Amino acid sequence: MSLLEINNLHVEIDGKEILKGLDLAVDAGEVHAIMGPNGSGKSTLAYVLAGKEEYRPTGGEVRFNGNNLFEMEPDARAAAGLFLAFQYPLEIPGVATMTFLRTALNAQRKKRGEAELSTPEFIKKVREVSGKLGIDQEMLRRAVNVGFSGGEKKRNEILQMALLEPRLAVLDETDSGLDIDALKIVADGVNRMRAPGRSFVVITHYQRLLNYIVPDVVHVLSHGRIVKTGGKELALELEARGYAQYQEEAVA
Amino acid sequence: MNAELAAIKTAAETALAQSFAQARKLLPGDDAVTARRDAAFDVFAREGLPHRRVEEWKYTDLRALMRDAKPLAAPPDTAAKARAKTAGALVRDVEARRLVFVDGAFVAELSDLANLEEGLAVGSLADALTGGEAVLAAHLGKLAPASDVAVALNTAFMGDGAVIRIAAGATIERPLHLLFVASANPAATFTRSLAVVERGARAMLIESHEGPDGSDYQVNAALELFVGDEAHVDHVKLVGDGADALHVATLAAAIGARARFNAFTFTAGGAVVRNQLFLRFDGEGTVAGIRGATLIRGRQHADTTLVANHIARDCQSREMFKSVLDGEAHGVFQGRIIVRPHAQKTDAKMMTQALLLSERAEADNKPELEIFADDVQCGHGATAGALDDELKFYLMARGIPAGEAEALLIQAFLGEAIGGIEHAGLREALMDQVAGWLKARGGQ
Repeated sequence: MSLLEINNLHVEIDGKEILKGLDLAVDAGEVHAIMGPNGSGKSTLAYVLAGKEEYRPTGGEVRFNGNNLFEMEPDARAAAGLFLAFQYPLEIPGVATMTFLRTALNAQRKKRGEAELSTPEFIKKVREVSGKLGIDQEMLRRAVNVGFSGGEKKRNEILQMALLEPRLAVLDETDSGLDIDALKIVADGVNRMRAPGRSFVVITHYQRLLNYIVPDVVHVLSHGRIVKTGGKELALELEARGYAQYQEEAVA
Repeated sequence: MNAELAAIKTAAETALAQSFAQARKLLPGDDAVTARRDAAFDVFAREGLPHRRVEEWKYTDLRALMRDAKPLAAPPDTAAKARAKTAGALVRDVEARRLVFVDGAFVAELSDLANLEEGLAVGSLADALTGGEAVLAAHLGKLAPASDVAVALNTAFMGDGAVIRIAAGATIERPLHLLFVASANPAATFTRSLAVVERGARAMLIESHEGPDGSDYQVNAALELFVGDEAHVDHVKLVGDGADALHVATLAAAIGARARFNAFTFTAGGAVVRNQLFLRFDGEGTVAGIRGATLIRGRQHADTTLVANHIARDCQSREMFKSVLDGEAHGVFQGRIIVRPHAQKTDAKMMTQALLLSERAEADNKPELEIFADDVQCGHGATAGALDDELKFYLMARGIPAGEAEALLIQAFLGEAIGGIEHAGLREALMDQVAGWLKARGGQ
């Protein structure tokens, strides 16, 4: 059984069907890239996996580690090891990044029946992880994402991922708005975390990110369905020829 | 019957009139004080209790909210004093000099009167009234607006309170804590306090009010605060009254030149609360932070009404009031900034925000600017809304359960106002109070 199994998934937003029978299976340790044009349903897939309320599944099922994902609240999904790196990370005025990270980590540990980390243990762990990602300690004292540059916000997402050590990380257009240096830092953070038991779903519009995070499998998403699946060379082909052929195929 | 009494018609108004007739000669002070009481009572007799057609009381209709007027509190007995010993738990960890009032009467044996710092003088209003002290002639009634009915009732019935004087240049490190405790008796208390902080002095005043749930006691408290030139004064008021109490209070302050003044009003208790702040910027170059946080639920009603009157030029004031309203609670904020013709270069910004945790909660915001000078920077903003679902989802997506996510966002919301308190221990005490409130909410 795969770590993530999506069968015939249909999702509506405000009564409009966005995902129209999506199938996807991600095995433990694999990196899958999902590519597709704007409006194909990429972000919808990311949000429905994380459990955003307005994204309403109307058919099909999603199993995560064998469990029905739709029976779990967003926080339970996170504690079970699902992580979504947001395309647009939110600013939370008044909540210090350290408080946020600690609350999140300890909430997950508590839910899994593990001991919560003490303040010194937590600080040690954050220092270790942020050091590897080249994140300034000063950033951790600021309110979550408030006044952060686009690159800092994405790096903060990667820091959260590294700290929370998920089994499956979904990266929703993490490359958008990043210059090449920031992109390398983000990719490096992901690559460090690659492990036999950990999977990634990398959602992107462009092939560029996949030069740095090399996927095992590439899928093309168009009009709410996976229309083509291949190896990493599929990304290069898309870069050269564009999405036009798949959009036509899906319509036809 | 004289025409002036035409306004007296509700049970509460009648009871207040009877109460005054009985008490006026028994309350402390000589004939001059009694004359002052009579004049103040006349204001009430003409106006009656404020009601919704009185603009300043539009959202807090005391005539409707006050079903009866309680008898004046008797002097506290031994049992009441004994219970008061455990009061002040909210700011237990803040090292302060306590002046304790039980049922409106100063209790010297519970107060900390030893080793007063040089330049600090404290006493009771009852003693000052009885002794005809000069401080009263110079200061009593100079700041609190005589036309306000709540103030008028306070002046008519004032029984006791604190009289504090801080000499020019003195720095009083230890905060002064005026601790008002109501015992279980459903009675009315009218306290009047005076604080005179002279030129260049530094002081912090904490004013807290508390009492038991289940007793519909009534508090009318007033403080007149004089902040001298170049003085630095912080005033933090905590309304932690019992769930059935009525609390009407007035802070009237005049602030001198080049002073620093911070006021914070924290409201979590009481059934009906009205916090009035009348602030006058008399001297140029003063910087002030006027903030508040309100946390109410059930059917609680809390009104904060602020008038910031800029008379002198070059003053800066920042007003920030935040409220969190759950259940069927009703939060009111009325803020008026007045900039007089000579108050050029005034820089005043007022922000008020309400967070509604329930669809039945209600927030009324009425910000007003009255500007008569032409070279000023003034602004106000008001928001009212529910918790941000996007932020909540972001927190939950990181594994934080819904209740904890909400609590974190509410703490952050109030933290922005509470963070303006300069005293770290008080900031922490208030954030603890917020955390406790949220925990109780989660447990409902």
